Amino acid sequence: MAGKKKLGRGVAIVGAGMSNFGMFPDKDSKDLFAEAFRELMDSVDKGLDPRDIQAIWIGNFSNDFFVHQAHWGPIIADLTGLAPRAVTRTEGACASSTLAVRDGIMAIASGMYDIVLAGGVEEMSKRTTEEVTEGLALATSPYEGAAGFTFPGVFGALANAYFHKYGANREHLMNVTIKSHENAPLNPKAQFKQTIRDLMEARKEKARQKGLPVPDWSDEKEALFDPSFNPPVAWPMHLFDCCPISDGASCVLLVAEELARSFTDDPVYIVGFGQGSGRGLHACPSLTSFEANRQAAAEAYGMSGLKPKDIQFAEVHDCFSIAELIHIEDLGFFGEGEAYKAVAEGETRREGHMPINTSGGLKCKGHPVGATGVAQMYEVWKQLRGEAGERQIPGRELRIGATQNLGGTGGTCTFTIFERR
Amino acid sequence: MEDRPISDISYYKFIEEGKLMGSRCRECGKIYHPPRHFCEDCFGTDMEWHELKGEGELTTYTCIFVAPPYMAREGYGRDNPYCTGVVTLAEGPRVVARIEGVDAKNPESIKIGMAVKAEFVRSGEGEGARTYLAFRPA
Repeated sequence: MAGKKKLGRGVAIVGAGMSNFGMFPDKDSKDLFAEAFRELMDSVDKGLDPRDIQAIWIGNFSNDFFVHQAHWGPIIADLTGLAPRAVTRTEGACASSTLAVRDGIMAIASGMYDIVLAGGVEEMSKRTTEEVTEGLALATSPYEGAAGFTFPGVFGALANAYFHKYGANREHLMNVTIKSHENAPLNPKAQFKQTIRDLMEARKEKARQKGLPVPDWSDEKEALFDPSFNPPVAWPMHLFDCCPISDGASCVLLVAEELARSFTDDPVYIVGFGQGSGRGLHACPSLTSFEANRQAAAEAYGMSGLKPKDIQFAEVHDCFSIAELIHIEDLGFFGEGEAYKAVAEGETRREGHMPINTSGGLKCKGHPVGATGVAQMYEVWKQLRGEAGERQIPGRELRIGATQNLGGTGGTCTFTIFERR
Repeated sequence: MEDRPISDISYYKFIEEGKLMGSRCRECGKIYHPPRHFCEDCFGTDMEWHELKGEGELTTYTCIFVAPPYMAREGYGRDNPYCTGVVTLAEGPRVVARIEGVDAKNPESIKIGMAVKAEFVRSGEGEGARTYLAFRPA
């Protein structure tokens, strides 16, 4: 069922940029995209004349709701000075910007364009937490909303199904969170740059200053089991299982393979791309897997001729801690019911054999939903080129990386494989 | 013979009337809940209504402590969480629905696999009144 067709023409990334991620009361979507685009222009090793860009795709989930402005394509074309070139907005909930890249890939592969800008933006923090929760819930399956499910609620239900099937427990989810918080302080663009221990110390200091009882947690997990530190959101999802509300933007420059070396001696080639769709909790074939992931993975592995063991590291969509476990099983990095054990053994840490979310993941880097997919690609671009600074994966030559992006509660999933030659 | 159009609008009207209705493919016999316009298995297009017994087992669940605005208006939230879940019906299809009659403040007391039965709960008053589908331990 999954396609195994190759691209008609190869496509490479030759530039990438992302804004800082966080909650920025003094920046709007244009400011954020400008930040990302400025870095992209500076990142093209042999220089870029922006006039050579022929078309734009821009992912945005719901600025319509968040800041009451729709039709973001022309706004971004105008901002970047690229009007009146064609611009198209893509929407796939939290996977919106990967869909922008997908359209860019297909446009170049078809021969229609040679040089395309693809990116994403989202501005969420101008709304209250309750409003953002309501806004995100617009992307659940309609039946789920009617039954009182929230976004964290759907992932809570998946977590309970996973626990029940494989014997995992909350502690295994904490391993994911602790690992993300270890990576994030090394990412200057991350929203949260503290380890769990840093946050525990800050909490203790606050208690001391206020003359309140000082918590005597002995380690991270004891703090994470304490509901005053880590309150429940949608059992078993607690605060530290959930990504934050964020603002941010990201973009990449896509070019036809034969042009890549005129922009840089070190391009990153897109060698596999897959996308799938998924149904709600009532209809999906498994409650411990995303069918859209399986479809996307089959397509991308088929296109690239690569296998899961060929992927050296990946950014995956950890909107909730349980999602990271499910994704790395769906993508074949670990067997079914094995991911929680592998994470517990440190295999997904930077030093492990399969580093996952070296950026800090959505949990710590932040999750401005429409910008997330391309921000994942930004991390892979940095890692493959050896430019990830302190968080660079140590001790090995990186050649193949991947990104997995999820929209809604699994309604859209993508898997993209990148190669440095 | 029920001749309402196969649609979500009809489905929710049935819920208001206290009936749990799915659709059945007249070509291959597969039963769907909620109703589908087309059969996923044989791509048949001729569907009829099929009443479900409302008996099943709890397949998974969550207890929600941060409630969306429409649930907060019913008084749910941090100090008064509610349970919602996935039920597998005896006829095969799954349903997402509120789970009543369990201790949502003590989520680990709720057991996956327990037998549950549908009930139709009237909530709200006047024009805002509606009936929603829930399940409770059988």
